[in-house]
Amino acid sequence: MPLKLNQSEFVVERDLNKCISCEVCVRQCSNDVHEFDADDKTVLSECSKCIGCHRCESLCPTEAITIRKKEAEFKENSNWQPAHIKNIYRQADSGGVLLTGMGSDKPHTVYWDHILFNAAQVTNPSIDPLREPMEIKTFIGAKPESLEIEKIGDEFKLKTKLGPHLELSTPILISAMSYGSISLNACKSLASAAEAFGTFYNTGEGGMHKELARYAKNTIVQVASGRFGVDRQYLRSAAAVEIKIGQGAKPGIGGHLPGEKVTADISGTRMIPQGSDAISPAPHHDIYSIEDLAQLIFAIKEATDYLKPVGVKVSAVHNIAPIASGIVRAGADFVSIDGFRGGTGAAPQAIRDNVGIPIELALAAVDTRLREEGIRHKAAIIVAGSMRSSSDIIKAIALGADAVYIATAALIALGCHLCQKCYTGKCNWGIATQDPYLTKRLNPSIGTRKLSGLLRAWSLEIKEMLGGAGINAIESLRGNKEHLRGINLSETELSILGIKHAGQAW
Amino acid sequence: MSMALIKNRKSDIPDFRVSSGCAVFGILNESGTCFDGRMILEGIKMMHDRSNGLGGGFAAYGIYPQYKNDWAFHILYDDDAARSRMEDILKKSFAILYFEEIPTKRSAAIDNPPIIFRYFLKLKDIYSLYERNVPVDSFSEEDFIVDFVLKMNARVQGAYIISSGKNMGIFKGVGFPEDIGNYFRIDEYKGYLWTSHGRFPTNSVGWWGGAHPFGLLNWSVVHNGEISSYGRNQRYVASLGYECSLSTDTEAITYLFDLLARKKNIDLEIMNMILAAPLWERIERMPEDDRELAMTLRIMYGGALINGPFSIIVGHNDFMYALNDRIKLRPMVAARKNEYLYVSSEESAIIKVCPKPDIVWRPEGGIPVIGRIRKKD
Repeated sequence: MPLKLNQSEFVVERDLNKCISCEVCVRQCSNDVHEFDADDKTVLSECSKCIGCHRCESLCPTEAITIRKKEAEFKENSNWQPAHIKNIYRQADSGGVLLTGMGSDKPHTVYWDHILFNAAQVTNPSIDPLREPMEIKTFIGAKPESLEIEKIGDEFKLKTKLGPHLELSTPILISAMSYGSISLNACKSLASAAEAFGTFYNTGEGGMHKELARYAKNTIVQVASGRFGVDRQYLRSAAAVEIKIGQGAKPGIGGHLPGEKVTADISGTRMIPQGSDAISPAPHHDIYSIEDLAQLIFAIKEATDYLKPVGVKVSAVHNIAPIASGIVRAGADFVSIDGFRGGTGAAPQAIRDNVGIPIELALAAVDTRLREEGIRHKAAIIVAGSMRSSSDIIKAIALGADAVYIATAALIALGCHLCQKCYTGKCNWGIATQDPYLTKRLNPSIGTRKLSGLLRAWSLEIKEMLGGAGINAIESLRGNKEHLRGINLSETELSILGIKHAGQAW
Repeated sequence: MSMALIKNRKSDIPDFRVSSGCAVFGILNESGTCFDGRMILEGIKMMHDRSNGLGGGFAAYGIYPQYKNDWAFHILYDDDAARSRMEDILKKSFAILYFEEIPTKRSAAIDNPPIIFRYFLKLKDIYSLYERNVPVDSFSEEDFIVDFVLKMNARVQGAYIISSGKNMGIFKGVGFPEDIGNYFRIDEYKGYLWTSHGRFPTNSVGWWGGAHPFGLLNWSVVHNGEISSYGRNQRYVASLGYECSLSTDTEAITYLFDLLARKKNIDLEIMNMILAAPLWERIERMPEDDRELAMTLRIMYGGALINGPFSIIVGHNDFMYALNDRIKLRPMVAARKNEYLYVSSEESAIIKVCPKPDIVWRPEGGIPVIGRIRKKD
């Protein structure tokens, strides 16, 4: 049987010369790593409980604590990595599915890191965003086949009305995270930052809490397989509706919020009894094919008087291009594609790390397919699945995305340290937890400020890069693959991405 | 300049994009009175230093009044074999009313020119000709010509159609524009609208078909600039059936005009709201109706927004249209004298041919200069 010691992932180092036994660490740790020994007047730490969230280290007033990764002492074996061995011990003990949180941490190719962006030199002037207008306003919605414009005398009158569109000040939206998977304070931070910055956040599948109703005009509401919190009011109050079919971190499976997390507040928001498990089935039980999806899209459009864009979110899987084509033909105004590095509050590790495809390849394949079919104008494409920086975003737009969704990045702005233990409900940063003792650690007004800061910083960087490439409107970058070059990529990868290799000119 | 770098044959077409700086000059007589090619030649010659000898050309409207209702094709050939291949294909779709080698004046300045013929053609019944099963009511003679020209240029070895309109023609090649003009004896033609181009490609490869103006149907486009939206524009037109085979900005711009002005029926006066769309901050200040139109056009036709520096002159049987990018990153000057409208990269060209214009102005970025033919000869 395995030694418990071998299961510690981290070492908690305490410099006893610095420790003043103030017990901040004891109070801050929801995993009970630290304990005050009244006899010895010292604080002891149990490393095996540490999940590496760095809360105690961050808050220790005397910098007495250092959390370090603990290297496994297993005999070296290239095939049987320590993670495999530890997972087998854990599963032999529990007999259960291995759960994990956040996106996959496996070293799969991140294509963003193999793509380089362009800049203008001599033959084409770069544009200075500090001196010239730099436009990144973005619209999400369907476009008609053509416009009818009437000329009366010298005046032009528009006869075709455009369908409903979302207007974004920057091509970044905040992706779906439900109240339940994250705290209300986290939800408030996201919603209020979206409002402050002129973009949108997504409720996820957990319904809309009454305190979030004031942000409705900056809200995309989700209709997922569990239909939690969905009623006419919910659909009609939002700016847009998104039908959730799949999620990048766990394609093909549903979700499960355990009954103990369904507090009175969550039960009210999700419209389910308090204490009952909130189970999102793997498929929608009324969608077994594309024509069923079309029916749901139009049922929602009917319910919202065709005044809101209705989109569909799917995870990036092998057949994503024909799937997206089907979704567009089924009447969606936007398609959200979530790549396999996308985050989650809880997912089986086997699925998270092994199912789906990277968003870069999915995006290029979908954009190309929709163009070939002549239906690219019928829907906007929003991509998600690990946008780590403004440069990831600008590359996504040049690959053909209309906008991107960020979620993990938004949570990191709120203080998340990516310890990947969201599913335990013990988030020390007050994000992925419903424990009032923990959630009060996240102040929504500070959260709003931080996330707005991130959106502002990334938007500025996007403008800098656009201007550098001699472009002053983001629509001229959309699908403009001439501004991308691959590095260290195979012919096949380049051809799927539709880009040239670095060193190849126009 | 090394002559060895110049490619004159279609087989030498570079398969990459050639970015270029350039001179453009256009003259329109709005009453439709024809004048010979000397004026345009003198003007473009003034801007010699804006070209580097790797391309020059002219588009002339009203030059073929005896065949004004028939398709006039100018075709470049690498050799006689290419010519017979092309003529066999032409005969399947067209009745050839007349054809001849375009008369030229040999000079030391023009090195190794290709064979250039012109044809006056009448289209046979297009519905029996067209290879696909297309709905009769949605297909015009113009659509056939577009399709034919794009296909032939992509497929027929050693032949390239440089001009395919009616009562107009494009004369172009590798050399300085004044040498090209003399070579084609353009002083002997009379037209009511002339545009011209002197090329300064920043890549050393130039070839006769790749010189400008670029033409398709009655459109001719001369362009100074390097557009940063090329990839976006090229994919936009490609998804609507125009395959860019030359990888030049001018080609993509020509297709945008054909697509928007001819197929989508967008009025010339609001084309600039798509191609050089007003800034959002400007749109927000517009009156309600205008704002909705401007906003809708921008959302709808984002793929047709031309970004980066450009000044273009578009020729057509009925008008001359000139446009600068929205923040005016390339020069453009316009002038009027009586019924003449001039548009040029530099004022020097205008003053050379019209020393005392009634008015000279520098068009604002994104605001078009439009001259229309009031009546034709």
